[in-house]
Amino acid sequence: MIIDLPKFLSEGKKYWSELEAKINALEKYPEKKMTIEQTKQFHYLYQRISSDLEKVRTFASEPDILHYLESLTARAYCEIHETRKRPHRIAPVHWFFVTFPQTVRRHSRTFTLSMVIMLAGFAFGGFAVSFDSDARDAIIPHANLLGDPAERVREEESVKDDHLKGIKMRGASFYMTHNTKVAVATMAMGITWGVGTVIMLFYNGAMLGAVALDYVIAGESEFLMAWLSPHGVVEIPAILLAGQAGLILAGALIGWGKRISLRQRMKRVSNDLLTLIFGVALMLVWAGIIEAFVSQYHEPVIPYAFKISFAAIELLLLTLFLLKSGADHGPE
Amino acid sequence: MGRNNAAATGRENTLAITTPEGIEFRMLIAGPVTRALAWGTDFLCIGAASIVLNNVLMLTGIVSRDFYQALYVISFFLFSAGYGITTEWFWRGQTVGKKLFRLRVVDIHGLKLQFSQVLIRNLMRIIDSMPALYLVGGLSCIINRHSQRLGDFVANTVVIRNPKINEPDLDQLLSGKYNSLREYPLLAARLRQHVSPAEAKIALQALVRRNEFDPESRVELFREVSSHFHTKVSFPEEATHGITDEQYIRNVVDILYHSKPQI
Repeated sequence: MIIDLPKFLSEGKKYWSELEAKINALEKYPEKKMTIEQTKQFHYLYQRISSDLEKVRTFASEPDILHYLESLTARAYCEIHETRKRPHRIAPVHWFFVTFPQTVRRHSRTFTLSMVIMLAGFAFGGFAVSFDSDARDAIIPHANLLGDPAERVREEESVKDDHLKGIKMRGASFYMTHNTKVAVATMAMGITWGVGTVIMLFYNGAMLGAVALDYVIAGESEFLMAWLSPHGVVEIPAILLAGQAGLILAGALIGWGKRISLRQRMKRVSNDLLTLIFGVALMLVWAGIIEAFVSQYHEPVIPYAFKISFAAIELLLLTLFLLKSGADHGPE
Repeated sequence: MGRNNAAATGRENTLAITTPEGIEFRMLIAGPVTRALAWGTDFLCIGAASIVLNNVLMLTGIVSRDFYQALYVISFFLFSAGYGITTEWFWRGQTVGKKLFRLRVVDIHGLKLQFSQVLIRNLMRIIDSMPALYLVGGLSCIINRHSQRLGDFVANTVVIRNPKINEPDLDQLLSGKYNSLREYPLLAARLRQHVSPAEAKIALQALVRRNEFDPESRVELFREVSSHFHTKVSFPEEATHGITDEQYIRNVVDILYHSKPQI
């Protein structure tokens, strides 16, 4: 049987147009709420158009009308069957003090794993430099870190004025954007079943270990602490959190012992990934400012005791924040 | 929630979604080439906007060159990262390039696009664009059955193509002009009974697209279609005498799609 197309068109068109107008309005003003009567009418139209779609597919096979009705059905379907939570009002303070630290704690095992990988890299970097001096060149990518540490300390400590005047802000913006890109890449590398994330964490740890041991062997431990710790106590945990996000993504991809589908696993972790990466970005903004305005100044411009004390306070506050903030609130 | 599966229909890849009511609808999945063209357009948009941004921010250089440079680095970073997120969220899955090439990002289950999905697929660009020119993303698109790049895969999204849909010129085709085949209502009824919707579609499409063929192909096409329909029901000589194959198909389509003759 083939349907009477002109009759079908003339009878159906007014309903199709009505549904199209309603969908356009809903898409234009998503916050608009329908009354019960309007909802009933919308549902009726959706069912009618769905039925028309089946009629055309079965009894007419007319592609243009078929595509038009498919497009209408698809648009109405996503309005009717959307059951996920609607995005609520943005609450940045709540997000920062509750959602972010809760998310970090909820995935504490992956954070620990991230830390273990970085520490392994740190140990590897340290051992490599102590056993083979050529390893420095291979592990440390920055040319300015490859010189003699004692010589560098002498040079830095001979500076008595603001040697970074006029380039501090540019430096801060570079640190912020570069480190954020590295953090996002560390998270996104989780898509390689975590291999990329593990490499990023291990390599960052190895670099840090190589530089640290180089300065410790040269007897410049105090300089090293004063130079790296003011921004490092925030930057390093930020990279660890990015690694945590990458490992969560890898975990969802692998799905050990989980009976839900890959798509559902991805959906479940997506909000946590975003929370972590935005938290990391904020931490890196702070670290970037401190790196440009504090870390690059040495004695006698800024006393080491002050820099190390400042770093200790930062680390204490960050630890308390990640461990305790939002603990009074129920889990989200 | 609806079920979905990808189906290859000829050269077009479609994403079929079956609703809980048992209705199936299909969306056309965008291929890597169209997506690359849309990305190229967006790339040009970001480039043009960064030039404008630089010129505007240059004014702050009067106060401090350091401040201007820092502001430019941060603004460019935010703009290039936020362009896709903002446009796809506010334009419901479209950027300038996607609008131009009639593409749209949608949820893989046919549901509304969530803000978290938009964010994730854009953040994952950092991997998709590696090592250069979206090589990883492009390869992923080619390998994946839904043409998803890695960002789409993590965010549970697909990029679909919305081709422009023209309403068929049915008024012209089924205008109720004199139809000699209608003089034989029993044979007309038998024709309606014996012809399948797929066969009817071929006849209708031949008429709708008749102007797209060159004259020789057009004659050949209608000759073949007409001979096929002659085998379905044989109308008397006087009903078909003097009419072309194309007119014969026009009359057949009129009978198939228009059950009652217009008065």
